[in-house]
Amino acid sequence: MKKTKWLISPVVLWLSLFLILPMAIVVVISFLGRDEFGNLVIQFSLDNYARFFDSLYLGIYWDTIALSVLTTLICVLISYPLAYYIANAGPTRQKIWLLFITVPFWINFLIRTYAWVLLLRSQGVVNSFLMDIGIIDEPLKMLYTKGAVLLGMVYTFIPYMVLPIYVSLEQMDRKLLEAASDLGASRWRAFWHITLPQTKSGMMTGSVLVFVSTAGMYVVTDILGGSKSTMLSNIIQTQFLGARDWPFGAALSVIFAITSLVLIYLFNMALRSRHERSKEGRA
Amino acid sequence: MPMIQLMNIEKHFAGQTVVHPLSLTIREGEFLTLLGPSGCGKTTILRMIAGFEQPTVGEIFLDGKDVTELPANKRDLNLVFQHYALFPHMTVEQNIQFGLKMKKIDAAEQKERIGEAIRLTQLTPLAKRYPHQLSGGQQQRVAIARAIANKPRVLLLDEPLGALDLQLRKNLQAELKQLQRSLGITFVYVTHDQEEAMMMSDRIVIMNNGKIEQIGTPKEIYNRPQTLFAATFIGENNVFHEAERMFAIRPEKLKAVRDREQKAKRKGIIQDIVYLGNVHKLMVHLNDEQTTVSICLDFTDEDEWQIGQHIGVDWFDADEVNIGL
Ligand SMILES: Nc1ncnc2c1ncn2[C@@H]1O[C@H](COP(=O)(O)OP(=O)(O)OP(=O)(O)O)[C@@H](O)[C@H]1O
Ligand SMILES: [Mg+2]
Repeated sequence: MKKTKWLISPVVLWLSLFLILPMAIVVVISFLGRDEFGNLVIQFSLDNYARFFDSLYLGIYWDTIALSVLTTLICVLISYPLAYYIANAGPTRQKIWLLFITVPFWINFLIRTYAWVLLLRSQGVVNSFLMDIGIIDEPLKMLYTKGAVLLGMVYTFIPYMVLPIYVSLEQMDRKLLEAASDLGASRWRAFWHITLPQTKSGMMTGSVLVFVSTAGMYVVTDILGGSKSTMLSNIIQTQFLGARDWPFGAALSVIFAITSLVLIYLFNMALRSRHERSKEGRA
Repeated sequence: MPMIQLMNIEKHFAGQTVVHPLSLTIREGEFLTLLGPSGCGKTTILRMIAGFEQPTVGEIFLDGKDVTELPANKRDLNLVFQHYALFPHMTVEQNIQFGLKMKKIDAAEQKERIGEAIRLTQLTPLAKRYPHQLSGGQQQRVAIARAIANKPRVLLLDEPLGALDLQLRKNLQAELKQLQRSLGITFVYVTHDQEEAMMMSDRIVIMNNGKIEQIGTPKEIYNRPQTLFAATFIGENNVFHEAERMFAIRPEKLKAVRDREQKAKRKGIIQDIVYLGNVHKLMVHLNDEQTTVSICLDFTDEDEWQIGQHIGVDWFDADEVNIGL
């Protein structure tokens, strides 16, 4: 009786339908085979995983991790000062800034990304401008480089970092800074010893969001990176849509999901201070 | 020897005067309490002394030096915040250590001072805990330990017991007073609880609407209130108006006179009789004045009082305390 009740609870239903079930299907497919027309063949094989250890795929795998980590780092470095500024600005200014940060969400993502193409290409806005004022004679190659992809990723995901950091700054008890000052801390030391540790959770949330989103993003790479900067998500996309090799695509997905979980776990451990763990122990 | 001097300080917030011009001298080693109703400016004065607010007008001297422009982190005093403001990500020990670290005190002395502060506030078994693992009373001790470890010249306390229940308050009041005696530090204490102020203070500053009503020892303030506010804010009091003057008489100084023929200063009807164990009180409505006075009688009073009874109310002239407005 109790058991059936538990099974039909909406949360469980929702989770199984939209999260667990698709994941399970992906895991199952990753162990299957396929025939030459791309149809699934029911069998158990580890071939799909074995194929991953080809140097081509391993290289792309590391590139993807490196790009995602770099994107996350740059986002933290830009977002923290920005969020700090917003959180300490007057109420009207805060509203305006938050609006600025959320406005891009209202505009189609593809359009925003293509706008970068217009800016970065050889005859684009940036090159024309630089040549007009005589800083360069030949157009710089900016589009279809790793740098362009990085720029696109940072641009796309910065709001995911700014907002959680802003929220954690807002939630911090300002009296703590007065207490620090009362105990002899300069503003900088109060920031370092109090504000920064108190806003770790915001940085953590933002970092997970940015990292996972970057690793899973293939549109930015497609549009700004050209053919040379392929990411794991591009390969996965190709396997499912182009090459019709679902089992291999599924295996890559599983590998990347596990990698993300491990990285997020490590990151969590590194950032989390002892007191937060002790809090959990108590709860 | 003055420890803190407020010279004609005044504070405005957005054009509104929150603290009217006032001067106050706080002596070295004394326990001085700012007492007054909510919103009268107690916290504002404390924050000006601590350096979190600048007086709009006037100067503040700490130990003979003008500190009006000095930022909070450079002032040799500490504030115990109303809600403690403990650092949630630090243990009790680390919280106490923070101020010592900021002042770059060497490790050996840090350890010694932390140990002493923890011992004085009886926190020894809790040293490794985080603030969220402590009860309200324990957090309050940590806040005090964190402050006294710095060996400040002055400790400012903003309603430090405000969030605690009555029993704990009573215990900690006694402990705090004891601590102040043994450390010999100047305490500036803020409360709106008059009993607390009476019990702990060497001197009390009674405040109302951003102004000082009276400064004095608890005894002076109880026996010789100078203003109507001071007379009625501390303890129970009866205020009488007479042609050109106003005076107050404590309930225990009034006498109930049974015999109607006997000469008494006022006449009235008993409205209510309240027994409070060792004393009882008569609430008497006066005939000629539209007020009710309270008369406090002790156990030696043997009379049988009845509600509705007509009596006389009398007192000695010497017990009249003249008050200005
Ligand atoms: N930063 C501020 N801006 C504007 N007004 C303020 C500010 N701080 C205090 N006030 C006003 O100053 C007055 C005195 O405030 P204060 O906090 O000093 O009162 P208090 O005596 O400590 O009261 P309580 O017992 O309730 O703590 C109040 O009317 C309050 O609204
Ligand atoms: Mg206050």
